[in-house]
Amino acid sequence: MTATALQTKVQPVLEGTLQLEVTNVSAQTDSITSISFGDPLGELLPCYVPGSHLVVQHASGANAYSLTGSGSAPTEYSISVLRVEGGSGGSLAMHALAVGDRVQVSHPRSAFAPAATAKHHLLIAAGIGITPVLSHARYAAEWGASASLIYVHRPGTGAHVAEARALLGAGLTECLDRGSFQEVLTRKLTTQKLGTHLYVCGPTAFMDSVLEQAHDLGWPKGLLHSEAFSGAALDDGEPFTVNLARSGVTLSVPTGVSLLETLENAGLSIPNMCRKGICGECSVPVLAGNPLHRDLYLTDQEKEDNAAMMCCVSRSLDNELELDL
Amino acid sequence: MSTVINDTVRDADVLPERIKHFPFPFSGDIYRYSANVEPSRKEVPTEAGAWGGRLLHIDEHYLAELKERDEVLDRDPSRLQVLPHMRPAVWDAICTLLPALAQEYPDTVSFTREGNVCRWRNSLQNLDVQFTVGDDSSLPMGPLRFLGSQIQDDLVFLDHRQDALWLDAGVVTFAADWSVGFDVGMKFLEVHHPVPRVKEEKIVSRAEQFLMRLQPGEQYRRTNWTLTIDRRLDTSTETYPNWAHDRTTIADDPALPDRLHLRVEIQHMIRLPHSGAVLFMIRSYLLPLRDIARVPVWRENMGRVLAELPDDMAEYKGIINYRKAASDWLLAN
Repeated sequence: MTATALQTKVQPVLEGTLQLEVTNVSAQTDSITSISFGDPLGELLPCYVPGSHLVVQHASGANAYSLTGSGSAPTEYSISVLRVEGGSGGSLAMHALAVGDRVQVSHPRSAFAPAATAKHHLLIAAGIGITPVLSHARYAAEWGASASLIYVHRPGTGAHVAEARALLGAGLTECLDRGSFQEVLTRKLTTQKLGTHLYVCGPTAFMDSVLEQAHDLGWPKGLLHSEAFSGAALDDGEPFTVNLARSGVTLSVPTGVSLLETLENAGLSIPNMCRKGICGECSVPVLAGNPLHRDLYLTDQEKEDNAAMMCCVSRSLDNELELDL
Repeated sequence: MSTVINDTVRDADVLPERIKHFPFPFSGDIYRYSANVEPSRKEVPTEAGAWGGRLLHIDEHYLAELKERDEVLDRDPSRLQVLPHMRPAVWDAICTLLPALAQEYPDTVSFTREGNVCRWRNSLQNLDVQFTVGDDSSLPMGPLRFLGSQIQDDLVFLDHRQDALWLDAGVVTFAADWSVGFDVGMKFLEVHHPVPRVKEEKIVSRAEQFLMRLQPGEQYRRTNWTLTIDRRLDTSTETYPNWAHDRTTIADDPALPDRLHLRVEIQHMIRLPHSGAVLFMIRSYLLPLRDIARVPVWRENMGRVLAELPDDMAEYKGIINYRKAASDWLLAN
């Protein structure tokens, strides 16, 4: 799908990054370019779940792009990027890449996975939204799963059209205008066999419209999937300040850096284990202020009490928190 | 110049491997359930040695335990379950765990992959096989049974759907009083329903939330424990008549210190990188009380934990009839 602008801060979005080399650049259409990244030594890259995205760093920040392969034993990670003039700069930076350039990328992250139990996968894409569903289509073909695709694109501007045709054959319905798409969509939504899962990717208004129609026609929520990068991980959060009452120290917690990391950087030793808000080890006592609780450890009641917070994932609703440290 | 010889150090030097690498689970005199998860592959030092530096661990019981698994599966094929939609997850586990084992034991096993064709060599089993990812017929015994014949861990596969985890495949021959044949198809929360306290304390739902948030490639672990009479790995519900009776007689058996074992499970939780399924691995270690007692801190910790453990927890673990006898022996020595 199109790029989602992320924080310019490298950490922690790009924690545990891979240093890869651009191995191929090829124009899909006038405005869409496919770029492949490989290991400089030619090693296999980590597998990924179909529908995953990759965070790619560039001079002015980092953007997330869907991977277009199936994710099985990849020698390359491939993305397709629509050039957006006047965007955050990510797409222009991607389009400026040349074979041999080195880039920092995240490990692939999964937030739009196929349902293993689906009897049929109904894929719906508009424009550059083809990228994650192409990944799904490849996976379905590799495992012999049943899949079909409705692909909306303007004549001559569709990326990966030839691959979609080869992968899906008669299972591909191409729509070149809004009217024909609506007709096809209504028919498909009302004729699927039981156990079909729907996956949609495209502009937000397009996705909302498809999901709303499916919902109105009685599709259960659990069968509907849409690409949403923000669902994969907690966001970087707003910056805030902590006063450590006992040590008389004030620390700034910048966006993208956890309170735990901030405390550790200041030389404090905070017991911790999972660093994901589950184990409860890194609980710190709160004396004043309202924490933004993002952990799974504290009960709802404890979260209301605001007497403790899990400093690995939780942040602050107020500009300032006072901790008993 | 004189050399001070520390008794503890000298004793640890002569302890056998089974004690040195044993994952002793108690850090104090009290045990309660908790979601005690931590990143995997971090070595944990103990009073006797260390454990946990690897995801997969080959020890001196490797061949014997795999032979036992094979015999259990021959006798009772229901210990292996794969719902049809879990086939990709099983192949994903093969392509994840065999390379991991090869990386950790490069002198013993090797894994190579060209496209979908893989070659696996295991010098401990004089094995050299080729198979094709996704082609079940390329591994005559079946992909999951094959994987279970290469590593000592029991394997449980969880599918993530409808905001829940579902136990949809597994090969479990060394269960501590549960049954994969009974649990297959259940939700994670349903599987854990019988465990006392954890519902009230929301431990299981927190654990499920944690597992559902794991990203592909992430690996975590926790430990769990119980007591087992004799070095018996197969204490599945299916074989209950074979082992349950011992629990009523062991307390008065003079051979208790040699027959009664602390059973510790190292449970790894990983998100498989390609299928996205959650793989739950259970590796069981058994050590008799006689060996526990060779490490003074362990003897004391375990003796006190058993004495203090609340009745409902002791009942669920099936140790209520003999935990006092075990505790008394440990604390008396």
